[in-house]
Amino acid sequence: MDNLLSITTFIPAIAAGILALFLRGDDEAANRNAKWLAVAATVMTFIVSLFILVGFDAQNTDFQFVEDREWIMGFNYKMGVDGISILFVMLTTFLMPLVIASCWDVKVRVKEYMIAFLLLETLMLGVFMALDLVLFYLFFEAGLIPMFLIIGIWGGKERIYASFKFFLYTFLGSVLMLVAMVGMFVAAGTTDIPTLMNFTFETESFSILGVQIIGGMQTLLWLAFFASFAVKMPMWPVHTWLPDAHVQAPTAGSVVLAAILLKMGGYGFLRFSLPMFPVGSDIMAPLVLWMSAIAIVYTSLVALVQEDMKKLIAYSSVAHMGFVTMGIFTFNQQGLDGAIFQMLSHGFISGALFLCVGVIYDRMHTREIDAYGGLVNRMPAYAMIFMFFTMANVGLPGTSGFVGEFLTLVGVFQVNTWVAAVATSGVILSAAYALWLYRRVVMGDLIKESLKSITDMTTRERAIFAPLVVMTILLGVYPALVTDIIGPSVAALVDHVAIAQAAFEATTQMAQN
Amino acid sequence: METIILFAPLVGALLGGFGWKIMGETAAQWLTTSLLFLAAILSWVIMLTFDASAHDNGYYTIELMRWIQSGTLDTSWGIRMDRLTAIMLVVITTVSALVHLYSFGYMAHDENFGEGVAYKARFFAYLSFFTFAMLMLVTADNLVQMFFGWEGVGVASYLLIGFYYKKPSANAAAIKAFVVNRVGDFGFALGIFAIFYMTGSINFDVIFAEAETLSQSTMTFLWRDWNAAEVIALLLFVGAMGKSAQLFLHTWLPDAMEGPTPVSALIHAATMVTAGVFLVCRMAPIMEFAPTAMSFVVFLGATTAFVAATIGLVQNDIKRVIAYSTMSQLGYMFVAAGLGVYSVAMFHLLTHAFFKAMLFLGAGSVIHGMHHEQDMRNYGGLRHKLPWTFRAMMIGTLAITGFGIPLLYVGFPVGFAGFVSKDAIIESAFAAGGGYAFWMLVVAALFTSFYSWRLMFLTFYGKPRGDKHTHEHAHESPKVMLAPLAILAIGAIFAGMVFYKPFFGNAKYVGQYFGVAYAEQGHGDDHAAEEPQAEGAENHGDETHNDEANGYDEAEPNKEVHYAFDGEPGQGAIYVAHDNTTLDDAHSVPIWVKLSPFFAMLLGFITAWVFYIRKPDFPRRLAEQQAPLYNFLLNKWYFDELYDAIFIKPSMWLGKFLWKRGDGNVIDGGINGIAMGIIPMLTRLAGRAQSGYVFTYAFAMVIGIAVILTYFTIFGGYN
Repeated sequence: MDNLLSITTFIPAIAAGILALFLRGDDEAANRNAKWLAVAATVMTFIVSLFILVGFDAQNTDFQFVEDREWIMGFNYKMGVDGISILFVMLTTFLMPLVIASCWDVKVRVKEYMIAFLLLETLMLGVFMALDLVLFYLFFEAGLIPMFLIIGIWGGKERIYASFKFFLYTFLGSVLMLVAMVGMFVAAGTTDIPTLMNFTFETESFSILGVQIIGGMQTLLWLAFFASFAVKMPMWPVHTWLPDAHVQAPTAGSVVLAAILLKMGGYGFLRFSLPMFPVGSDIMAPLVLWMSAIAIVYTSLVALVQEDMKKLIAYSSVAHMGFVTMGIFTFNQQGLDGAIFQMLSHGFISGALFLCVGVIYDRMHTREIDAYGGLVNRMPAYAMIFMFFTMANVGLPGTSGFVGEFLTLVGVFQVNTWVAAVATSGVILSAAYALWLYRRVVMGDLIKESLKSITDMTTRERAIFAPLVVMTILLGVYPALVTDIIGPSVAALVDHVAIAQAAFEATTQMAQN
Repeated sequence: METIILFAPLVGALLGGFGWKIMGETAAQWLTTSLLFLAAILSWVIMLTFDASAHDNGYYTIELMRWIQSGTLDTSWGIRMDRLTAIMLVVITTVSALVHLYSFGYMAHDENFGEGVAYKARFFAYLSFFTFAMLMLVTADNLVQMFFGWEGVGVASYLLIGFYYKKPSANAAAIKAFVVNRVGDFGFALGIFAIFYMTGSINFDVIFAEAETLSQSTMTFLWRDWNAAEVIALLLFVGAMGKSAQLFLHTWLPDAMEGPTPVSALIHAATMVTAGVFLVCRMAPIMEFAPTAMSFVVFLGATTAFVAATIGLVQNDIKRVIAYSTMSQLGYMFVAAGLGVYSVAMFHLLTHAFFKAMLFLGAGSVIHGMHHEQDMRNYGGLRHKLPWTFRAMMIGTLAITGFGIPLLYVGFPVGFAGFVSKDAIIESAFAAGGGYAFWMLVVAALFTSFYSWRLMFLTFYGKPRGDKHTHEHAHESPKVMLAPLAILAIGAIFAGMVFYKPFFGNAKYVGQYFGVAYAEQGHGDDHAAEEPQAEGAENHGDETHNDEANGYDEAEPNKEVHYAFDGEPGQGAIYVAHDNTTLDDAHSVPIWVKLSPFFAMLLGFITAWVFYIRKPDFPRRLAEQQAPLYNFLLNKWYFDELYDAIFIKPSMWLGKFLWKRGDGNVIDGGINGIAMGIIPMLTRLAGRAQSGYVFTYAFAMVIGIAVILTYFTIFGGYN
């Protein structure tokens, strides 16, 4: 099975192709077939991906399952996973069947909807596996398209504005990355990611238009990649596309967006910025740390006053991503472990929270918080699930939300206590906005006439939540499941970055003497 | 056995909470309750058989499972069993088991839920879950597991305060409790980070061994360098302030009375709120090296005891009076902990658990009998209607006000539980030279006596007031509610006398009990020059040595022998600095100091008697005369209003400002300017393409790209 990664990646795309070519008609039966095929393909992908996980050797910090073939225009088709990327692959394959199952009630253009999600899965998996710059860029950018369509076609009232905002923000960020990639190719003569990770880009300072660029080329390249990843994360202050996109996206779209697409930014930092531009990262780290700390407090405060459930959770997502970027730029084991853990955990928790909104949106067709109240009276099971994920979202120990937050904060405390203190205050605000939301939606007496006949979750809905609940508790109680896999690769990355940064310090000191 | 104690409540919570539909509500109630009684019995077995000298350093640990591991950070789920844990196990499981039992009666009928709504199993499951979290907190062998329990009890408290989910006031109180506690957790978390930063570990054994090094090192925290031990101690204490409702982070506790009364007895009197005291005692090795932080603990504890007592003077809601009384008593405990007499703090924690749980359950019995009327102004003359509740409350009041026979010593002082433990704190405060703390606590004792007797007189004496119908139907509670009261009454009477020696004897008894090494010192010897003559067996597990010490003691019974603690940080359940002789000094305070709390109690009783029995119209006239002061106290020193004005309102305003101005005008205004410039351009393009629908064109374009890319990706790979 030396092309296991490609098989995993392209099963959904093949299923999408089958749907596009062979499925005809728009009747009930055709829709049902489309949905079942999509479920089958995503489940199959998950099963195949389990083989990757089982065969993966965590102690080996090199890339594994590597496939390397010649491709067009002299570029290579190269795929592989290491301890940093494998769990993102697993997160994607694990969530996609649930995502498909969550859009069972979609009535409009079901076939196209399924195709969009299946293609999206292929592209997302490709991002996490690609080991060639060109291949990565293709997957990275192409992933925008299905998402753009999902928001633009199946979204809410303002979907046109939101989908363009989403597309332009992320696309404009990426243009700079493309320029930087060309620069890297020129400098290093290859687009092979493992080679580039060990390539030292020029760090000699120079000045452009009288502005001294410390760290020289590396800093510039770092900035270009940063522009792309910061938008993707999204980091404050380029986060404003996310609330709009979430509000307008259909439930399943929101889940994918929050749970997987946002992780591409964090993954990009880990795959490119840190190993390839360690000096640039070091120079710019204070900026990132402060942007993250501001993001946490800023977006938490904004979340406090939201009137739209999805917007509130979207802002909460930005705050949680703040912990991720903060952890990554501590350059220590706890910070990086915590950042990866936080991304995975956020995948389950934010996905589940958007599904929670979806459950009542499907019934009442509004996301306005004021339209609800007292749901616990008629929906006890829903109240319990929503409570669970609310608590996970505020980082309750025993849920996966705690481990990531805790580790990143431990990491950042060693680097900068100010940032740590500001970021830790986020735990107060997150409790405030999350519980305030819960109270307004679920607690209280059921007074509103429109809600009198609302029904509790169906078996299908419960079945979607069950795996998410299990994962959230499992990772919270026994996080070694994750840290054992990522630990060695993260340790290697930490060492690599530390050595490069120390070397740079030495040369600058020599230059000064 | 330890694992059974720990997990029995969890099993109960899970089975009862999720399985009640299968087994029925009553079965779920019995299941959770019997598992709790099992845990309680086993806890007593441990408490009575635990022998600190049988283990290295006076404790042993059981590792359950790996937990968070990242680089040098290494934590496991584990159980640390030492004397502190054993005491807490007994307090938690006993009160919890009794509260479970009591809830059978109290929760039997509830008007807050409609017909056919099942709430009992949920209530019992929450109670059991709380107990589990609390047990995790006290059995933790590292700070993060403790934090797990810490937050876990916070959630349980949140769920139980908001148990009457239809009541807006209950929901508001639940959120308030959680968020204010999180403010404390903010400090606690930073303390944990700081400890890890300084010592590279968060496990107790490592941290404690490093305590002395910490006190000699500095760390940069925020704007300057600090003594590491001081910063850590202060940060951890902020966490304790939140959980234990100390001044400035106390506002949630009175509101928490919105929860059902059994909850108030279990969580907000006997167990959860004492977690902060437990934390300070547990971290004794670090606290002892942080004198400034400790002075702050004493100062804040004494101030809290005083402030809470003043507010308690004028409250009319029976549960709120007891809530403020709890807050005040917690202040006492912190004073003791801050003075370094940890055993005395734990002593008061133990006795307080009994009598305060009983007062709450007694108040619950009154409320139950009076159809959920909680305003004492509508009570009166209930001693005839509720004779057993009255007797229980009387015992509880005698215990909290500290009734006993002063100066009589028959191997132990003679008096109710509160008499022994509270006086021990007041004497320690004097002995440590804390004039401020001493006087605050004495005045607080006076107020305590006043409001406690006020509660008794208003409720059980005088003529019935308020709704006639309610009074006519007032009834004594069922036996299932009275039985727990009876058991707690035993504790409220005898706990002080029985546990006097191991908690407030001399350093030898306390040392043996807590597994701390101790040394004898000659009377009046200079502390610095003392030579340890006898060591506790625990020090090196040397049994003969210990016997020698005992023999020496018996050989010269008439000579007054003084002991001081002689352990190293990390040995035993607590650590007391060698030059900290407060425990010893507290026994030789002047007579007037020993008498002062007694007279304060007496004065409070007489005043209350005059106010509410002799001249019942006097309080109202006084309140009218002193209206500003009365309102100030009645409105709880205006803390809620103050916080609303300086924290909540500005946060909301800032949130709105950042959202509308920051996100809306500045960021979107800037970046969207570009986007909005492009979209109309695309629209024009689309119009030129003769398509009526803008997006047909846009999508055609995008799909085109998608197809091309997909083609390359799929087929390109297999050339």
